[in-house]
Amino acid sequence: MTPRTLFQKLWDQHHIADLPGGESLIHIDRHLLYEITSAQAFEGLRSTGRAVRNPELTYGTTDHLISTDRGRGDDTVRGGKILIQAFRNNTREHAIRHFDVHDPQQGIVHVIAPELGIALPGITLVCGDSHTGTVGALGAWAWGIGTSSVEQVLATQTLAVRKPKTMRIHVDGVLGNGVTAKDLILFLIGQIGTAGATGYALELSGQAISAMPMEGRFTLCNMGVEAGARTTLIAPDDTTFDYVRGREFAPVGDAFEMAVSHWRGLASDEGATYDAELHFDASVVAPQVTWGTSPEQVAAIDALVPDPTQIEDKEEREAVQRAIEYMDIRPGVPLLGLKIDNVFIGSCTNSRISDLQAAAAVARGRKVAGHVRAIVVPGSMTVKREAEALGLDRIFLDAGFEWREPGCSMCAAVNSDRVAPGSRCVSTSNRNFEGRQGPGARTHLASPAVAAAAAIAGKLTDTRELGAS
Amino acid sequence: MEPFIQLQGTAAPLPRINIDTDAIIAVQHVYTLSKAGLGQYLFHRWRYAEDGSETREFVLNREPFRHASILVARANFGCGSSREHAVWALADFGFRSIIAPSFASIFYENCIKNGILPVTLPEDAVEELLAVLERNPGETVTVDLRSCQVVFPDRSIHAFEIDEARRDTLLQGLDPITLAESHEEDIAAYQRRDRQARPWVWAQRIDLMNRLS
Repeated sequence: MTPRTLFQKLWDQHHIADLPGGESLIHIDRHLLYEITSAQAFEGLRSTGRAVRNPELTYGTTDHLISTDRGRGDDTVRGGKILIQAFRNNTREHAIRHFDVHDPQQGIVHVIAPELGIALPGITLVCGDSHTGTVGALGAWAWGIGTSSVEQVLATQTLAVRKPKTMRIHVDGVLGNGVTAKDLILFLIGQIGTAGATGYALELSGQAISAMPMEGRFTLCNMGVEAGARTTLIAPDDTTFDYVRGREFAPVGDAFEMAVSHWRGLASDEGATYDAELHFDASVVAPQVTWGTSPEQVAAIDALVPDPTQIEDKEEREAVQRAIEYMDIRPGVPLLGLKIDNVFIGSCTNSRISDLQAAAAVARGRKVAGHVRAIVVPGSMTVKREAEALGLDRIFLDAGFEWREPGCSMCAAVNSDRVAPGSRCVSTSNRNFEGRQGPGARTHLASPAVAAAAAIAGKLTDTRELGAS
Repeated sequence: MEPFIQLQGTAAPLPRINIDTDAIIAVQHVYTLSKAGLGQYLFHRWRYAEDGSETREFVLNREPFRHASILVARANFGCGSSREHAVWALADFGFRSIIAPSFASIFYENCIKNGILPVTLPEDAVEELLAVLERNPGETVTVDLRSCQVVFPDRSIHAFEIDEARRDTLLQGLDPITLAESHEEDIAAYQRRDRQARPWVWAQRIDLMNRLS
């Protein structure tokens, strides 16, 4: 038999029928919903008299618009409450399990899906959110869709898909001390660009990936879309199975063992070929920080702001020039020492327990700089409870960070957690677009450790120089 | 959905790279249960000053681009958030086609599902078109999906590629849900087989039933 890639195996497994014009009808094993991008889809069902075909494969959570204030309810940013309540009514009407505002398992959709065992290796999973590729880290085929597709999955549990090309990025070597999954993925995006993997299903492999704990793998796959990859995958291995075992919605007993023996066969076969292959060495990756308004505008934290006059390509020069103006930074000046106003530790990229532990290790026994507002937003109620059991909340509060309730929060500024116009924020999230964290906000993406260090110093700082506390 | 066959219209140049869906429609404008009326928020941050007045230099605030139906931009158009509101806003403003060297994947698909034609042309052709439109504002561009050609103001013809399924969807104004529903028997058969082959995928049904009982 022809050797197959991980992606090809997932494709074959979920293929229902060929459609005219070269697309295929693909079965969707899990459909995740949240309050913003589902409203018009439910409205579509209503207006056409359609039902939800498989509510038992469908889950919802309220994460984007929800307030992160203590004692929160449905009240949030102006205009948001109506969507939170409409989503509650829609999930009730269609018997969809919903981790609602007061649910003890509520959280960011891409955090709770694997945490609860809703996302599993070997499945197809979609959600009306571009960061759905996160759970590809389990060896699942997961991708973000628009609202029209949400409506189709609700109605038919399928999507028409044109088979993407495959790309493999192989990362050998070992990440240096203090260099994290976030640094690696920012580095890779910087290397291949925001459209570097557009049109591809991206598989990550190699020594640096195999050695990475599950939560770091989620961080990697989470940002695959920032390199253009609709879906990013990592072959499931013992790290994956150990992670999945015992999760609430994961199979148990014989069913789990049967699943694992199936999952072990998912890794790409020896000799399987990809449409594109790239190789990188993990040992050259330094802690990264973005300086511009696109995730590809990234550099080692001890680098200088680039000088647009040195760039030959006109388009790129203009883009860099525009970014530098928006970010209010100067060409040729070191990133280190750049004064900051806000720090956000959270988002579907970096709000899991290991992320909070990394940030707390930096914050322990130190104080947030007087002029900085720093907030920590755990990815889920489960993460929050675990962090509190470990005393991380005390470490953050004692250092002067805010310790908030779970949600998407300041990543997308969908609720009222925003960066003020003109303010500079070091953020563990995934996008540094103009206005992403609020109109006029200036975002520098970085790892939880780099973000925590910036909060303490009040400026961009090399974690390697902060020393032990 | 309204079929897309041929469009002749004013083309607006927006010579920027990586125009993301946050820029197309900011998140504070998506708190809505409807698809309608989002055109007023299109490119809000670039289109309006802080006091709410129009920024004079922004292309869509100038005649004749206020009535443009074709948008021309640089590479990686529509990157970022999957929000379909971006396409609804473009459609509501009056755009029916977008020309760029490349598009982000989710955005591209969202366009097709809303009857908007994303045209991918080589970078040098897009640069040429942007230059022509800057020199001669208001020139007409024709986009023909039957022949898969764009006719520039200077009558030069530029072929583009689009996959057959998407072309059919647009030409006939097809509803993808109806198409999938026509495979209901295949879907049911798949699910029966899969319950046997991969019972763990379906285990939650039991879990859910236990919960409810």
